[in-house]
Amino acid sequence: MSRSQALLAWIDERFPLSTLWKEHLAEYYAPKNFNFWYYFGSLALVVLVIQIVTGIFLTMNYKPDAAQAFGSVEYIMRDVPGGWVIRYMHSTGASLFFVTVYLHMFRGLLYGSYRKPRELLWLLGVLIYLCLMAEAFFGYLLPWGQMSYWGAQVIVNLFAAVPIIGEDLAVWIRGDYVISDTTLNRFFAFHVIAIPLVLLGLVVAHIMALHEVGSNNPDGIEIKKKKDAAGRPLDGIPFHPYYTVKDAVGVVVFLAVFSFIIFFAPELGGYFLEYNNFIPADPLKTPTHIAPVWYFTPYYAMLRAVPAFLGSQFWGVIVMGAAVLIFFALPWLDRSPVKSIRYKGPYYKVALALFVVSFLVLGWLGTQPTDFLGKLGGTDTAVILARVFTLVYFLFFLLMPWYTRIDSHRPEPERVTG
Amino acid sequence: MTLSRALTAFAMMRKPLLAVLALPLAAQAATGQEALHRARIDVTDAASIQRGARVFVNYCLNCHSAQYMRYNRLTDIGLTEQQIRDNLMFTAQKVGDTMTVAMPRGAAKDWFGVAPPDLSVIARARGADWLYTYLRSYYRDDSTATGWNNLLFPNVGMPHVLWELQGRQVLKVVQQPGPHGEAHKTSLVLESPGALSPREYDALAADLVNYLVFMGEPGRVRRVQTGYVVLIALGVLFVFVYLLKREYWKDVH
Repeated sequence: MSRSQALLAWIDERFPLSTLWKEHLAEYYAPKNFNFWYYFGSLALVVLVIQIVTGIFLTMNYKPDAAQAFGSVEYIMRDVPGGWVIRYMHSTGASLFFVTVYLHMFRGLLYGSYRKPRELLWLLGVLIYLCLMAEAFFGYLLPWGQMSYWGAQVIVNLFAAVPIIGEDLAVWIRGDYVISDTTLNRFFAFHVIAIPLVLLGLVVAHIMALHEVGSNNPDGIEIKKKKDAAGRPLDGIPFHPYYTVKDAVGVVVFLAVFSFIIFFAPELGGYFLEYNNFIPADPLKTPTHIAPVWYFTPYYAMLRAVPAFLGSQFWGVIVMGAAVLIFFALPWLDRSPVKSIRYKGPYYKVALALFVVSFLVLGWLGTQPTDFLGKLGGTDTAVILARVFTLVYFLFFLLMPWYTRIDSHRPEPERVTG
Repeated sequence: MTLSRALTAFAMMRKPLLAVLALPLAAQAATGQEALHRARIDVTDAASIQRGARVFVNYCLNCHSAQYMRYNRLTDIGLTEQQIRDNLMFTAQKVGDTMTVAMPRGAAKDWFGVAPPDLSVIARARGADWLYTYLRSYYRDDSTATGWNNLLFPNVGMPHVLWELQGRQVLKVVQQPGPHGEAHKTSLVLESPGALSPREYDALAADLVNYLVFMGEPGRVRRVQTGYVVLIALGVLFVFVYLLKREYWKDVH
């Protein structure tokens, strides 16, 4: 026994190192037919690491103080050695986190990754998505620019729309009657410790659930059904080294895109860093047009699309919340006998296409003032459009039990195809 | 070199990617109805930025601070600390200090109705074209407190500080027959010329805007340079990682 083997044996007697390595990497069998869409899980993990590491370094120079926050960000950008690249990595990483997570979720919709036995895996994923939204919301207040301030104002006011307890609830969240230094301090606490802790726990649980049930694949069939004499799935390959080297290729390409944005277009035309956020927060001056960052705009468009009813704006808040929470129900809405879009019929394909279109159009509408397309019969055209696409968004889910049941399908193959 | 120039120019644009998608956002900073004039700026043109810095410290820095900009950061545009001290600093400040002003904000608010905003990152908030258009859109207006108004920023609190250079513009309203009856068209006409010709004034405004863009992100040129190195390194890494992947996947069928 060599010296390193002896050391490993010593550790294994005290900690399941070899077992963990085998179960999660060397002997975790993943389907061999992963395609492009399967890169985004590992990429989301890479972005998570980038956000945590850059976040730690930002915290060393950032001041969570209403009088100093904006200036401390500029201090990081100008005077801290390498500060600008850390800050741009963090601000770009925030957007790319949502890009990778949205594409990762879309992959689930394509290949039915939420179906039995992966319901819990999906639920944990939706929880991660919720956490990510909270993390992004809290973090966006920290630069203390005009959009930070008024964006937070808009979101906190959503809670104020809750009947009866709304006002008290909003004060409880802000810790003040307006967004103030107190609010900034607590949002900082949530952003740097509370939410990241939950997020990390959920990510670990997500991966554990994945490795328990095994990865889905573009054919939507279970590779564990066909095993060789040694009990290894015939269509499975060890995650390490096959997918570690393949994902490494994806990571390098992703880092190239990431770097291109950081070094050549860090504001990305006002979508990743909003222009108005370079104006320090001014509680006395409401910007004429308040728009959240792009990843929230589909829901923001829905919020604005719902008219006040019985003198309350609360209905818009309900619709917005329901639009996110409805993802939880997905595993029980799909009644198709097959998982993958490859073998599903035209109804599901059309429904998914309409859903994607509605998500993108709502996202676009949410970046604009409501009157930017003029009026149609006394109502803003953009609001009418948002209503139509909000309806399409919800019908994708609500009609799913019906259209997936009557939809035609092709038989699934016995073994995975290319 | 041409490729590097093109990429640099690309990186300096405000809407480099998804230009069409981003178009509506471009108007977000505009407060007036005016179409923005294209500012021909080049943040690699150190001479232009140096001229702009001189205009900035002479005309803007009396009221507007740039409290996140250190004087010695002007070494990034090829000046020595001695040159900065001799030509661009008029106070007893140290060269490592930031560009603050002595005017109390409260007093400024009394005089102009609004405290002059800090200009450190104004170019990142407004955009070069907006600033350039703003500097060219002042006109005489007796109805305002300062006697000046701005077509891009109606009822602006700041008087036309550069009027001796540009001269006096007046607003001319022209009635034009349009397809839907009479249409008003407003244009600015130079009533009495200033010390500079219109062409020289535009060049001065462009230099000033160029400086403001530089000041908004002094490390911009270095950022782009670093970008080339990082992308090339990732390109090389890609080749090796891709070959490694191909080697491993040979036996997967």
